[in-house]
This record gives sequence, structure tokens and C-alpha cells, in this order.
Amino acid sequence: MADKHSVEASRGITPIEYDPQYILMVNSLKKHFPIKGGMISKTVGWVRAVDGVTFNLKRGTTMGLVGESGCGKTTVGRTILRLYPTKTAGQVLFNGEEIFDKSPKEMRDLRTKMQIIFQDPFSSLSPRLPVGEIIGEAVREHKLVSDDEYNDYIDDIMDKCGLQPFHKDRYPHEFSGGQRQRICIARALALNPEFVVCDEPVSALDVSIQAQIINLLSDLQKQFKLTFLFISHDLSVVEHISDTVGVMYLGNLVEYGSTEDIFRNPLHPYTKALFSAIPVPDPTYKMNRIVLEGSIPSPANPPSGCKFHTRCANCMECCKTEVPEQKEIEPGHFVVCHLYDGEKGISHEEKVPAAEEITAEPASEKAAEKND
Amino acid sequence: MRRRTIRSVITFKNASGGSPAFLLFYPFSGKSYLAPEEVSVRKYILKRVLISIVILFFVALIIYILMRCLPTSYLESIAQQKSSQPGAKSYEEWMEQLKSTYGMDKGIISGFFTWLGKALTGNFGDSWKFTVPVVDKFKSVIGVSFVMGFISLILEIVIAIPLGILAAMKQNSKTDYTISVIALAGISLPTFFFASLLKLVFSVKLEWFDLFGLVGRNHAHLDAFGKILDMGHHLVLPIVTLVVISFGSLMRYTRTNMLEVMNSDYIRTARAKGLSERKVIYHHAFRNTLIPIVTIIGGSLPGLFSGALITETLYSVEGIGYVSYQAMTAGDIPFSMFYMTFLAVLTLAGNLIADILYAVVDPRVRIA
Repeated sequence: MADKHSVEASRGITPIEYDPQYILMVNSLKKHFPIKGGMISKTVGWVRAVDGVTFNLKRGTTMGLVGESGCGKTTVGRTILRLYPTKTAGQVLFNGEEIFDKSPKEMRDLRTKMQIIFQDPFSSLSPRLPVGEIIGEAVREHKLVSDDEYNDYIDDIMDKCGLQPFHKDRYPHEFSGGQRQRICIARALALNPEFVVCDEPVSALDVSIQAQIINLLSDLQKQFKLTFLFISHDLSVVEHISDTVGVMYLGNLVEYGSTEDIFRNPLHPYTKALFSAIPVPDPTYKMNRIVLEGSIPSPANPPSGCKFHTRCANCMECCKTEVPEQKEIEPGHFVVCHLYDGEKGISHEEKVPAAEEITAEPASEKAAEKND
Repeated sequence: MRRRTIRSVITFKNASGGSPAFLLFYPFSGKSYLAPEEVSVRKYILKRVLISIVILFFVALIIYILMRCLPTSYLESIAQQKSSQPGAKSYEEWMEQLKSTYGMDKGIISGFFTWLGKALTGNFGDSWKFTVPVVDKFKSVIGVSFVMGFISLILEIVIAIPLGILAAMKQNSKTDYTISVIALAGISLPTFFFASLLKLVFSVKLEWFDLFGLVGRNHAHLDAFGKILDMGHHLVLPIVTLVVISFGSLMRYTRTNMLEVMNSDYIRTARAKGLSERKVIYHHAFRNTLIPIVTIIGGSLPGLFSGALITETLYSVEGIGYVSYQAMTAGDIPFSMFYMTFLAVLTLAGNLIADILYAVVDPRVRIA
């Protein structure tokens, strides 16, 4: 049943080729969760948590992923790390290799290269293990360092994350929220990863601690040459830390581009509404809030056409029926909206003869090359 | 009751590693043995023991009142017997004489305090039915009950916990449903029905085991080893009965707790670390399900001494359960009082042990 659904969802997705400058390439990724119902737990529907997300992530950069609660940000982060056993459709290429094709053994080895920092530092640490064990367990398991160096290695990582060596024997409940998040960071970095998904790493912390953790992450990124996917609903944090930003709405990426482009010139009506909500620390400033009507529709039964049309101020007739395509308006700045249908944008279509193979992806690669 | 017990432990934050037992049981507890915590542990245990004594007093009082009010009176049946003999004294005369002999001529409350005064000095009197000191009778029958209970508890743990984990790992699969149905059948089967079924199949049809009793007919002629083997042979059916009717609840408990833990965030962390599934289950998940399981098992430890009344009676095994059943139906007040007060002590001790064990396995309770 799941397979049939998966095949259906995969229809019309053109595979992409690996480009070595990107550590992670995500192409039309879909993750649908079955809704079970009835007497014999048969699948009565699907929650389209992630419904076609495409982006590429360059080595050593940070991509911010923003959107309101329930739009599928976290599901994207977890799916690209294969924390769910299956995906529904699309591709996730990590260093050019499809992670969902890996055997369990290969996947376990790959885990050292891709790590995640979870949102809640309180529930994501096992309460029954001392901190040294939480951080070091996987290091030992994957035999990353020899037994002689093990203790020094753990001390070193803890030191870099602002933890004291004597913290090793303590249990997670003995730490404050900020310290726990440091433990989570140390745990992820102890494996010496290349790519880290930060799933709202600061939203459970108070503001003074947030800044510390953000700065710690930036420092560590430089030190270890990390690539981050930074999931957050805090736009100022994302603006501070990210090189590129993706805006999600109801399982889709509606706009994607460099941080500067997106914040200077938001194109999609949803992005505009979202950014109009950023508070400005100036009492005389008159805020032009764009207030969205209604609430986010159910991902189990998304609206037809453009998913945003039910709440969009610029809704046109075609929005209700036709799904908009991803278009590149500025170099490296993509938007999915019918408002920009008429605009020429930067089209690469003339250069590529085989029209049916054109997806937004090859375009994005070329654009990104030019951009840098 | 369970909830209450757990909460009482959590509020008691300093249940720390004062006792050396923590060093023995817990590999990661090489620290934090501070004097103030130790004092508070003692204080806590002392408080619990004092409360238990008060509870015990009232439990004993209630049991005594109930025993005295029972319609089955040992004295009445003796008096009836004696007075029906030719040329004997009348029933009333016999009653009067027996009452003063057995000390039942006093009121209920004063009778209770007489019993209590003697019991406090360790004198529980003679059993009316068995005509030996209560404590001697108890000593002679507790052994077999303990062995039976101990073996079935071990089997129960060995069977129920792995099955519970397996069912949780394969949630909603055929394996899970099969295990759950078997467990539910075990829980639902009445002991007397299941025991009779076993007897029918294995004793009557297959003739593998004797129908009842603890020893075979030629027990006296066997050597020491043969005697043990003979008793073991007779204990098979009672133990099977005990295990089958009791393993279900522990299995379901393990399954529920395991499922709860497997859905928690730190299991996702463990998976993200790239640990093998075995390591995730046994090192991370099972360690966290241990707490409620240990509480349950710890609470059932004193039960080893209380015997299995129904099972022992059905198989006529002379254990404490069967003997106390005989004593109660005969209206033997000294023995029943002793047995039931003993049960009350066990229950109270069980709760205390469970709470202390809870502190042993949970670092959050141990070190505040």
C-alpha cells in the first residue's frame, strides 16, 4: 500500500545529477505519513508533511529553514538524515549518494558524517546515562579514536562546547537548559560530522542563552568547517546565522535564496507576510503588518493549485487550479508563485534544448555558480 | 496506589547513594556520597517504618475483630462434638469450659490486646487446629512455598520481560498480537480452571505427574537426591500454573513501558548517533524501562513468603497458603492472626523495598 502511494508520489520527478560543490542535494523530497483508521488499521489518508522540497546546500555554509509551526520544517530535517525509515518520493543525495539506498550498516557508518541537534535539550538526552557516556558512547561505538586518546578527545570536545571535564560523571538532570543544549552540541560534534541539522536548537532556551548558543555554533562551524541546516521559526536568528534561507509553507518550499536577497527583497506573498511580523526595535517605526486570514490548512487535505491561495492577498483565478513552478527571479533567488509567471526572470530554458528535462534544479546549480 | 508511591519517592529528592548497595548495583555511581543525604535517607526510612507500625496495629486490630466475628467457630464445633458423646456434659457447659481454656471468655478488644501483648514478645501461641506452636507450624511449611514462589518468579521474569520487549519491538505485528493474546488468556484464566485442565491433560490422560501432593508414595524409600527429585517432579504443575497465570501482567507492563520509551526523543538521539538497533534497545530503551519493572518486581518479592493459597490448595501442597486455608476454614484464630499479620508486614515491606529500589535505579532520585 505504502509502495503504491510512493510510486504515485514519485511520478513526474526528474532525477538530478550530483554536483560536487554541494554536500547535500535534495530533489522534490516528499514525506507523507499514513493516517490509520477503521477496525483493521487500514490507511485512510496521508498527511503530506513534506510535499516536494528542492534545495542544494554548499559545503561550509548555513541554510536557514523558516516557516510557521506545522509546515514540515522538522520533517524535512529528519527525513534528510533518514531518521524515518522511509521517504515517500524524491532524492536525498549526501555527498552524491542517495541515503535511502544505504544498507543499515552503511547508514550507521554514515551517521558520523551527518548529525542532528534536537529542539528540546530536556527530552533528547537519556536520563539514565551520565553525560560523558552520552557524548562518548557513539565515539567508542564507531571507533573514531583509540582507547588511549578517548578521554582526552571527550575532554577536548566538551571544552570546545563550554563544558567542564568534571561534568562527565553527572546526569543530564543536573544541568540547566543552556548547558544541556551544549551537551547536545558536544554529542553531535564528537562524531566529527560534516553536516549538522540544527532543529530549532535555541527555541527551548531563554533569550540570553540563545545568543550564547548561536555564537557557539558559529564558532564551531568555522573551527570544524561544518555545514548547517538551521531550522527555526525565529527570523532574526536565521538572518544572523544563515547564508541562504528557505521559506516553507505547508510542506513546500515557497521561496529560496541568499539571506540578503530574501530579507531585502522578499517575493512570495507568504514570505512578505512572514517578514512583516519581525519586530523592529524602534518605537516610532510604523509597522506594516500583513495579517494572514485564517489558519494553516490541514496537510492531510491541502488546497488545490497553489497551497497558499486560501490565505493569499494576491490570489488570482489560476492560483486555485494550477500548481506554480519554481522560478529563478534573481540569480540564486527562487520563488514558487504565479505572480511572477509573466516576468522573464533568469531563464535557462533557451540554453537547454530538451525541454521536458528542465526542472528548477539544474538552473539553481548554474545560478549558484554564477552567484559565487 | 502505585502512582502515590512513585510520587512520594520523587518528592524525596535526596534518596541518595548513601547505602553501599548502590555501589554494588549501579556501575555509574562512583560519587556524591555526602553525609547530609545519608541523614535524610535514614530519616526517610525511619519515617516510613514508623508509619508502617501504626498501619500494622490497625490492620491487626481489624483482622482480629473479623476473626472473632466469623460464623465458623472452632470452639463451637469442638463443643458440639464433645457434647454429642454419650454421658458427656451439655453443649453450654462445654462451651464455657473451652472458652476459658482458650482465653476466649474476654471481650474482643481486651482479647486483642492480650494477643498483641504476647505477640510483641514473640509468643504467637499454639495453633488450635494443628496443636503445635504457630511459629513451628509456619517454619515447617514456609520452605516449600518459598521455593515454589521463587522458581515461578524467576521463570516469570525470564519469560515475561523478553516477550514484552519483543512485542513492543514488533508493535501491531502478528508476533505482537500472538503474545498479547496468550498473555491475556493467562491473566483471564481462573487458577482453579487452569489447574484442573493441567491435571486432566498431564495427570489423568498422559499420567506424567501425580494428581496432588508434594511427595510420591515411595518417597520414604528414596535416597536424599531422589527425594529432592521426587518433590521437584511434584512441583512442576503448581509452578506451571503460577507462571502462566501471572506472567501476563508483567509482560504487558514491560511492553507498555517499552513502547513509551521507544517513542521518546532520546531514543531518536541514540538512533541519530548511529548505534546498532541492539544497542539502542538494550542500552538506552531497556535501561529506562527498568524503573517501573524493578518497582513491580521489588514489590512482589515479599510475596514469595505469603504462599499461593489457591494453587497450593488445588494441588494439596503443604505450603503456607494451603495450611492457612485449612486454619481459616477451621476457625483457628492464633494461626490465622499470625498468617495475616505476617502478610501485612510483607506488604508494607514490599512497598518500602520497591521505593528503595526505585532510588537505586534512577539517578534522578538518587542524586538531587
